[in-house]
Amino acid sequence: MAEKKMIEIRWHGRGGQGAKTAALLFAETVLATGKYVQAFPEYGPERMGAPVQSFDRISDSPITVHCAVTEPDFVVILDPSLMDSVPVTDGIGGKGKVIVNTSFSVEDTAKHLGIPSSQVYVVNASQIAVETIGMNIPNTPMFGALVKVVGDLNLESVLDDTKKKLELKFRHKPQVIEGNLQSIRRAFNEVQGA
Amino acid sequence: MVLTTNPKGKIVAKTGNEAMAEAMRQIAPDVVAAYPITPATEIVQIFSQFVADGVVPTEYVAVESEHSAMSACIGSSAAGARTMTGTSSQGLALMWEMLYIAAGLRLPIVMAVVNRALSSPINIHGDQSDTMGARDAGWIQIYSENSQEAYDNMIQGMKIAEQAKLPTMVTTDGFIISHCMEVVETMPDDMVKKFVGEYKPERALLDVKKPYTLGALDLQDYYFEHRYQLADAMNKSKQIILDVAKDFEKEFGRKYDLYEKYRMDDAEVALVIIGSAAGTSKVVVDELREKGVKAGLIKIRVFRPFPHQELAKDLANVKAVAVLDRSDSCAASTAPLYAEVTSALFTHSGGKAPKVVNYVYGLGGRDITLEHVGEVFDRLVEIKDGAKVGEILKYINLR
Amino acid sequence: MKTREKEKKLSWKELPDGDLLEAGTAAKFITGDWRTEKPVWDGGKCINCMFCWIACPDSSIIVKDGKMTGIDFEHCKGCGICAKECPVKPVKAIIMEAEKK
Repeated sequence: MAEKKMIEIRWHGRGGQGAKTAALLFAETVLATGKYVQAFPEYGPERMGAPVQSFDRISDSPITVHCAVTEPDFVVILDPSLMDSVPVTDGIGGKGKVIVNTSFSVEDTAKHLGIPSSQVYVVNASQIAVETIGMNIPNTPMFGALVKVVGDLNLESVLDDTKKKLELKFRHKPQVIEGNLQSIRRAFNEVQGA
Repeated sequence: MVLTTNPKGKIVAKTGNEAMAEAMRQIAPDVVAAYPITPATEIVQIFSQFVADGVVPTEYVAVESEHSAMSACIGSSAAGARTMTGTSSQGLALMWEMLYIAAGLRLPIVMAVVNRALSSPINIHGDQSDTMGARDAGWIQIYSENSQEAYDNMIQGMKIAEQAKLPTMVTTDGFIISHCMEVVETMPDDMVKKFVGEYKPERALLDVKKPYTLGALDLQDYYFEHRYQLADAMNKSKQIILDVAKDFEKEFGRKYDLYEKYRMDDAEVALVIIGSAAGTSKVVVDELREKGVKAGLIKIRVFRPFPHQELAKDLANVKAVAVLDRSDSCAASTAPLYAEVTSALFTHSGGKAPKVVNYVYGLGGRDITLEHVGEVFDRLVEIKDGAKVGEILKYINLR
Repeated sequence: MKTREKEKKLSWKELPDGDLLEAGTAAKFITGDWRTEKPVWDGGKCINCMFCWIACPDSSIIVKDGKMTGIDFEHCKGCGICAKECPVKPVKAIIMEAEKK
């Protein structure tokens, strides 16, 4: 394969945690920065709690490829228990970065995953979600952590853009918008690693 | 930087289903009758929300099955209303007998079809078995590689259907496109409205001043003539499709043809393929070109009417061709697209034709990767260099 | 009585698109010569109830100013429904007789 000019992201979550929504939200946010994007979930027999995946692609040129993401540059793990049940590090090679929602340290998590700690980032997204949104919905804080780890994305413009999206999506539930934005900002600031 | 092809275009992120629903909103047909089915559900779900919100003046008919959906569409189209619907897989299968009636009565219904495998075993993912099975129903079939094409094809499809007086299917690959969010350039409502124009049917059953009978019994003495009319209309629709594409390019900036030629000018090895996997394959073509391999690709956009003569001409100088089918014909000599391509070459290439092999891939949504496509090209290069063709029909990524 | 016009079979080019038949073509189709039996109407007995007019499948009961005036033998196929439905007693106002050819 030719040298990769594209960033590929894989999200691991459990049905109901918002892995699909986060992937779509991330794509829309990145589009607003002027890049080409693709976001798609892996559909199976969806049940609350079942392991699910979703994917993002980001590129400076049009994206025509439509196969699954097999060698992700970033892996986002919404639920730490997935580290034991799903091959979350598949295809990351020596460069892929893994961002985990966990209360454990970078070193402990890296050991758990069996990869160098230079490839691991951690953030306690569940706690942030409970404190800001009032529920353990870790997708928006993990989205904030991803924005930080990917780099070259401006937090303030991401928050501005996300606010618009959330206002549309939650026009009947405006009280959750501020909490979600807060969770993105906190995770962006609190994510640790590398 | 994401580029627009038209200064009035608006760049948005949309899934295939959202893009098709958006096109339907802008076309604002008189009637939509539909029954939801995965993975096409969102198209009519989003559209029904437009209706509920009063965004479109369309009469939305919620029916109890796809058979009823197509029946209601036939009634509404015969009455003189601009009519659209959407379905997939088993839903399309349930419409079967009504598909032929819509075509025989020459009703310009436009249907969004999200390609999905047929049961059994039950599967909700993308392959083209459903529409391939309906390929001889007398419907124009336009396949889309991505969300942008789905949007553009829906808009063109309405105009094509009404000019050709033929029902038209516009398809996307289930989940791969229908649920994939991509960058899409949408056009302002007024431009789409102007492009599609007002529907003025020549005859309509609700025109009580000029009454007529539609769909009367037609036995040995007339059935044949009417079916020939249908075949003739299908042949002539090729020019209509090209004319509409030309108008579309003039107004909107994006170019369409019966099929897309990707780096075919001096190609020695080439794929013929339909749908989303064409996009994946283009990446492989680019990589091969960088290595100096003269690779190319033809992506069929219009499968019915099939561009026989045109395709034979464009493939005549290629040395080795692989036709990739996302459906199987269960022990026909080969899969449907291969049968069309080789028959076109046999009939129209004037004796000069490439070696052609067939692959069936992606049934039930089985992934086709860059490596898979690369392997196909490797074989084509060997054939070009004199290797034996061997087995014609192979299956990609089958255990 | 008119005889049946020789039907010209249209070619695919001459036919309107899509199994479309203009209205009123049945009037041109002389079905009267199908009869083996013929309804005979007795105006003296008729009570103008219009049962026959409602029941006739070929619109062959001729009515003027609300009164039955006769039968259109160019289209009457001699099915006998009018005679069957005629309520006049003891002898019906329409009876069927063998067609003389």
